[in-house]
Amino acid sequence: MRACVATLSATAMFLGVSLAFGEQEKGPRYKYQNDALVYAEIAKAPAKARAKSNPLEKDPDAIPAGRNLFEQHCSECHSDTGEGGKKGPSLRGPQVQNAAPGAIFWILTNGVVRRGMPVWSKLPEPQRWQLVSYIKSLGLAPTRPENPPSTTAKP
Amino acid sequence: MTSFPRFGVLGRFLFFLLPFGFPSAARAQENPYIVAYDHNLEEPGHLEIEYFSTFGTQRGGNDFHAFWAEFEYGATAWWTTEFYLDGQTTFHDSTVFTGVRWENRIRPLQREHLINPVLYVEYEHKSSADKILKEVEGHDVESDFLAPNAEARKEHSNEMELKLILSSTLKGWNFTENTLAAKNLSNAPWEFGYALGTSRPLALKASAQRCSFCRQNFIAGAEMYGGLGDRHSFGLHNTSHYLAPVLAWNLPSDWTLRLSAGFGLNDQSHRFLLRWGVSREITGFGSMVAHLFGGPR
Repeated sequence: MRACVATLSATAMFLGVSLAFGEQEKGPRYKYQNDALVYAEIAKAPAKARAKSNPLEKDPDAIPAGRNLFEQHCSECHSDTGEGGKKGPSLRGPQVQNAAPGAIFWILTNGVVRRGMPVWSKLPEPQRWQLVSYIKSLGLAPTRPENPPSTTAKP
Repeated sequence: MTSFPRFGVLGRFLFFLLPFGFPSAARAQENPYIVAYDHNLEEPGHLEIEYFSTFGTQRGGNDFHAFWAEFEYGATAWWTTEFYLDGQTTFHDSTVFTGVRWENRIRPLQREHLINPVLYVEYEHKSSADKILKEVEGHDVESDFLAPNAEARKEHSNEMELKLILSSTLKGWNFTENTLAAKNLSNAPWEFGYALGTSRPLALKASAQRCSFCRQNFIAGAEMYGGLGDRHSFGLHNTSHYLAPVLAWNLPSDWTLRLSAGFGLNDQSHRFLLRWGVSREITGFGSMVAHLFGGPR
């Protein structure tokens, strides 16, 4: 009986602490308005990393393979279209689309751990470059006008 | 003194079914190690449910089948926490529940380096009937496993285990080195152990089509693990050591299968340990649970 109580207590504590801590960290920081904090990390890429060119740039399979990898590993946070979700910023903004491929590769390799973006070094280098190819292929998202013109016809 | 309950065929069946029945899963890219750890942590908010099995030969006694379930949760991008339930069946003897473990892995450095350290802290409450061999520590030897379950399950220990995981990724290869220090909390000396591992995917580029048998889905390697004695008698002698080729198959259907055939390297080791495991990663588990309690999804 004592073993059962100990097991249940440990389970409850395990779930409580990890969920509470995880949710606390993921809370308001991941709202869209804080994307600037994540984008700022791209600028921290060292010049040597930024200067790296994508070795798979001309590989016709890089984009479809990168799309598969994106759906597997990235879309949960950045959405299926790459336009950003509740946990990750848009990858179709100028901060990412205008960034050097090497800088995006550097972010994938190092993550933005304090902002919840994991380190993706467990993917081999060619797969990270395939992801870079796909992210770059997404292009800039169409901008939304701040005050859209009214569509209601007036007499 | 408490004793862990025995459980029968139904219990084992339910234990095995734990990872099934979750609707949302992610395609994993898991390493093949069963004993060693690398520096890759669980993605934040993901829950990985794993079942592992070890068949071990036993000289002078009955062979055994030990099994455990792991619930691995990515609390943050730098902290992974895991809860274990362990059990074993000794042939011609019985099946017993052998204990629980709670482990935490913390990544102190925020960026990727040539060598990436991870700190590991684990608490174990286990009986002497525990045979999962998730690590070898101190002077653990094959003959420790000879006691019948009825006797071994009555003895329990509370143990703290610390590990320093040093792991590198180079040209698709992973190299990892784990050093272990364990302390039985009832006034026993510190015991030490090690695990080394190396692995590489069979192909480094992903293919343009999704496929089950593509080479990049397979990661092969080897791990070696053993004891290093205790505070009074440190070294490789009077303990057991194993070498095991390992293979992981990351299926596009959200599952990872692992297989390892371990061979004892000296007379104090089990001659053969056949291990296999199956795991499934559940994405967005943290958000799902938070939503159940009224939080934002």
